[in-house]
Order: sequence, then structure tokens, then C-alpha cells
Amino acid sequence: MEKRVTFKGIWLPLLLVLPQILITAIFFFYPAGQAIWQSLFIPDPFGLSMQWVGLGNFEYLLSDRYYRASFVTTAVFSILVTVVSMGVALYLAILADRLIKGSGTYRTLLIWPYAVAPAVAGVLWLFMFNTRVGVVTWYLGLLGYDWNHVLNEGEAMGLVVVASAWGRISYNFLFFLAGLQAIPKSVIEAAAIDGAHFWTRFRTIVWPLLSPTTFFLLVVNIIYAFFETFGVIHTITSGGPQQATTILVYKVYSDGFVGQDLGSSAAQSVILLFIVSILTVVQFKFIERRVHY
Amino acid sequence: MATLTLNNVKKSFGKTDVIHGVSIDVQDGEFIVIVGPSGCGKSTLLRMVAGLETITDGEVQIGGRRVNEEEPMARDIAMVFQNYALYPHMSVFDNMAYGLKIAKVPRSEIEERVAQAAKLLQLEPYLQRKPRELSGGQRQRVAMGRAIVRKPAVFLFDEPLSNLDAKLRVQMRLEIRALQRELGVTALYVTHDQVEAMTMADRMIVMNGGIADQIGKPLEVYANPATEFVAGFIGSPPTNFMTGALLGRSAETKIGVRPEHITISDADRLKARVTYCEALGAETLVHLMVADGSKITVRQDASLPLPEEGTEVGLTWADADEMNFDATGKRI
Ligand SMILES: Nc1ncnc2c1ncn2[C@@H]1O[C@H](COP(=O)(O)OP(=O)(O)OP(=O)(O)O)[C@@H](O)[C@H]1O
Ligand SMILES: [Mg+2]
Repeated sequence: MEKRVTFKGIWLPLLLVLPQILITAIFFFYPAGQAIWQSLFIPDPFGLSMQWVGLGNFEYLLSDRYYRASFVTTAVFSILVTVVSMGVALYLAILADRLIKGSGTYRTLLIWPYAVAPAVAGVLWLFMFNTRVGVVTWYLGLLGYDWNHVLNEGEAMGLVVVASAWGRISYNFLFFLAGLQAIPKSVIEAAAIDGAHFWTRFRTIVWPLLSPTTFFLLVVNIIYAFFETFGVIHTITSGGPQQATTILVYKVYSDGFVGQDLGSSAAQSVILLFIVSILTVVQFKFIERRVHY
Repeated sequence: MATLTLNNVKKSFGKTDVIHGVSIDVQDGEFIVIVGPSGCGKSTLLRMVAGLETITDGEVQIGGRRVNEEEPMARDIAMVFQNYALYPHMSVFDNMAYGLKIAKVPRSEIEERVAQAAKLLQLEPYLQRKPRELSGGQRQRVAMGRAIVRKPAVFLFDEPLSNLDAKLRVQMRLEIRALQRELGVTALYVTHDQVEAMTMADRMIVMNGGIADQIGKPLEVYANPATEFVAGFIGSPPTNFMTGALLGRSAETKIGVRPEHITISDADRLKARVTYCEALGAETLVHLMVADGSKITVRQDASLPLPEEGTEVGLTWADADEMNFDATGKRI
């Protein structure tokens, strides 16, 4: 039975949630409000006055070829990061689930990358793939492959995807492993007796029973790829070459802070805000419903 | 339908030996119950037959064919698990049809066989439900249904009734037995409940710490236990054990007498003090304590007079009802 404490009156409960409300207000509502406000103006070149343009910033953005290209880049990037990090994590989780001995060590080692900050992870991968001194670049050179992510758009995308996905594997792995271990062993054994080999068992029993976990991770990873990969991209490619790795979040930064187009940058933030709200609603709506049993 | 042979089957997990060599020839259509206390290796033995555990040593044959190296699906067996192990995301119909679908049985035949099983098990109204929408007894039936639709050569049951309440357990016990007779399938049934073993088995294997202490028909085992363990485990209330010293015999031996074979009388072999009486209606259990502190239970007809609690009485029994065991627990 769940124990519930009931408060009389409104002041004590209000006081107790006040710190959280303050933090949310100062660090979320205030800047969000400011972004919405700023998105309706264009500041003059000297930043002395602002001119009301209504939805002008949005209209301009949506007709901007580069902004629309950035949408596609973001979609490609997010899908790749999600698929790679979840795919690898699921594979490792299946292996770890079958291990009886030594799975503790295996698990601990796999959790480490999670503790590495995205910017640091970015630098790490950058060093390995540096066009002049990178170890991997050198080996690839020996194999006759000329790695240059500074010039090659596909290679740049590949590198930021791998660097971003790498840090997520630990997180996904933990959830997948927990999900796999929550499936009763006898259910798998029953399927084996019923004639299902490993792959059939996975397809018809394990995967459906794992689907709540998978769906949860899917949303969480997309959100991650959208919003938390800034550090990786900033350190490795700075959005280049030719904007090939400029995802929406990075564009907010480069247009606003580098290009000093604050109105457009604010409008982009508002669009992102809108996207993340939709993702969150989807997550809450489905996660409750899609539980299979 | 097939015979099942275990030939000196052994199992070790790492360095721990769990099964020390069990042999039995099971006839076609026979119902064998493996009974023993918790941890004696019943499940392990069953799982070796199923192919869910490797066989460390010895041989398992199904229908005269060695199956040691075969995968579970190749052994032509079906198993009912203690927790039923139903597929939680599938309907009752799909649970039962799963094995048939994998075996690529034609759709019409699958429907026919599942319908047949559902009828037999009175599951027809529930075919579209998910397992979580069923009661414990119904889930149990689905697990049975899943086993019978595949028409296996051997049924394996691992304590299938232990999650049911007492009344349902008695009912399902009869149903399982009736079903198995009707289908004529060889069955291996694990339980720790000696009443289940006595009532269901054609023959039973009494397991004790990884050893089959005795294999035989229930009444034979009851009347003629091969070891002290079997005498103590089979029968309720359990056999009374007395040291040789208490009866003025060799200190090495132990003497066992069943509660219903002892009478309270004046022509006494042994003096004992009555601690308390349990009147159960048709019969009465009289609990007593003897000089060396060990306890004795006497089961007597309710028509006999109740001894006063706290008084000293004499106990007697026929020589033929005595079971003598040596220091290692073997019957002499
Ligand atoms: N995978 C395993 N690794 C090591 N030891 C095991 C393993 N499985 C079972 N054992 C040991 O083997 C012995 C027999 O276990 P088993 O499950 O067969 O007992 P059981 O007779 O079925 O008991 P219960 O009535 O409690 O189900 C136990 O002592 C158990 O600790
Ligand atoms: Mg068991």
C-alpha cells in the first residue's frame, strides 16, 4: 500500500514546492518568455532599439533554404544517432543478459562513457580522427583511405553521429538490460520448448515484451540528439563543412551568437520549444498506453 | 506417446553435485511423480529431461532415442511451469497456438486443435483474453492447453498446482490425471507435496538430496519404505522414529512405526506422557513424549476414548509393523 501524507491548507505545500518553482521560473519560464518576446522583433544593427515585426521572423525562417536544410540535417542526424546508439546498446544488452559470469564487470565498463561530458567526448573523438595527427586517421591512411571530415560532408556527419551515439550507448544499455532481465526466464524456456529458436524467440517474445522500454528510449534519444549534442558538434565540426552538420540547436547558436541575428535566433528557439513539447506529449501519451501486459 | 528412460543421470553445477545418478524406465502412458523436499533436485532432473539443463553424465532416452544432445524443441516434450510461463502479450488462443504456428501447422488445423483443447479444459469463453485477465486456475488450464495442443510424447510438470488454493488443487489434481489418462501421454510430474504424489502417481520417485531413495507404486512405497527418509517423508502425520536404546536394542538401529499402527494400551512396549490431543472428527491424533524426550504421534479412531492430557500411558504395536533402519538410514 502506498502511504500518502495529506496536508491541510495550502501554505506549507506551496512552501515545499517553492524552490522547484523558482528554479523552473528563473531558468526556464523567464528565458522561454524572453525568447518568445524577442522572436517578434528585429533589433537594429547597433542593438539600441527593436522593431516590431510580428511573425516576420518566422515567415522569413520558414522560407529560408538554409533553415529548411537544417531541418533535414537534424532529422538525418537524430535518426542515425538514435538507431546507432540503441542498436549497439541492444546488442550488448543481449550479450550481457546471456552471460552468467563476469556480467558485473562488463556492465561497469559499459557505464563509463555515460560519465563523459558531450564536449569532452567530442574532443576525444576529434583527437582520434584528427586529419593530421589522429590515430584512426593514420590507420585508415595505411589502409589507403583518406579520412578528412573537415572537407567531406558525409564523413563529418558520420563522425558527429558516432561521437554522439557513443555516450548514449551506456544509458540505453542499462535500460535494455533491465528490460531483458525483467522477462521471466521460464517464458523464454517455454518458447524454446514450443519450438522457437533464438531469433524467433527474439522476434515473437522478447521484442514485444521489450517494446515499452524501446519506445521510452526512442523518445529520450531523439530528444537527446536534438538538444544535447551541441557540445559534440561544436568541438568536432562547428556545424561544417558547408553547414552539413548544423542541426537546429547549433543553428540557434551560430545565427544568434556568431551571426548576431537575435530575432531569427529567438524565433528558432521558439520552434524548438514547440518541437520538444510535442515530443514530450507523445512520450507521456504513449508510454502509458503502449504497455503490453 | 513414448517410453522414457533415465540411465544413471547426473548433474553438477560447477563443482557441486546436485543429482547423483538417477535411473528409471518409464512405460508408455505411465504417470511418474518425482517427490521430495525443497532443494533435492526435482526441478533439475525434470529440466534435464526437457533439455533446459545440460546432462553432466548418464543418458536420457525418449522413445528409445538418446536425446542428451538435442535441443528442447527436438525432444517432443511439453512442459507446464510452476508460474505457468504464459506469453503475457498474447491472447489465450495465441498462447496455445504458438508452438503450432512455429511448426507451420496449417491455420485450419491450428484452429481445430486449439478449439478441441479449449473445450476439454473449459477455456472456450476466454480464448481472446490476455493471461493477466484470467484467474490462477484458468491460467493453469491455459498452460495445460499449450502443452496438449502439440500432442507431445511426454508431458513434464514442475509443481503446476503449487500456486493454487487448496480446494482448486484437489480439483486440478483429478483433472490432470483424468486428462493424462484420456490422452495416454507419458508424464513426469514434480511436486513436494506427498499427498499429490500418493494420489496421482502410477509410480513415484522419492528424491532425497539428489538421490532417488526409492522408486515404486505409492502404496508399496508407503507400506515398505526403503530408507528412513522415505518412511519419514511419505505419510502424514509422519512415521515415528525411536532409537534402539529406548527399546533396549542395538544403539545403531532406529525403529520406525507409523502413527496408525500404534495403539494406546496397558500391554505396553513403551511408556509415554500425553502432551495433547487433536480431535479431527473421524480420527484423533494423540501427541506424546517418551523418556528420552522424542515425540510420538498416535492416530486412532475417534470412537476410542481420549487419554487425559498429562497422564502416562503405555504404547504398543505389532512386530510386523516395525521398520528397522541402520545407522546410514537404510532399511534392515
Ligand atoms: N543454476 C544453478 N546453479 C547452481 N546450483 C543450482 C542451480 N540450479 C539449482 N541449483 C541447486 O541444485 C539443487 C536442486 O535444485 P532444484 O531446483 O532442482 O530443487 P527442487 O527439488 O526443484 O526444489 P524446489 O522444491 O524448491 O523447487 C539446489 O540445491 C540448488 O541450489
Ligand atoms: Mg523446483
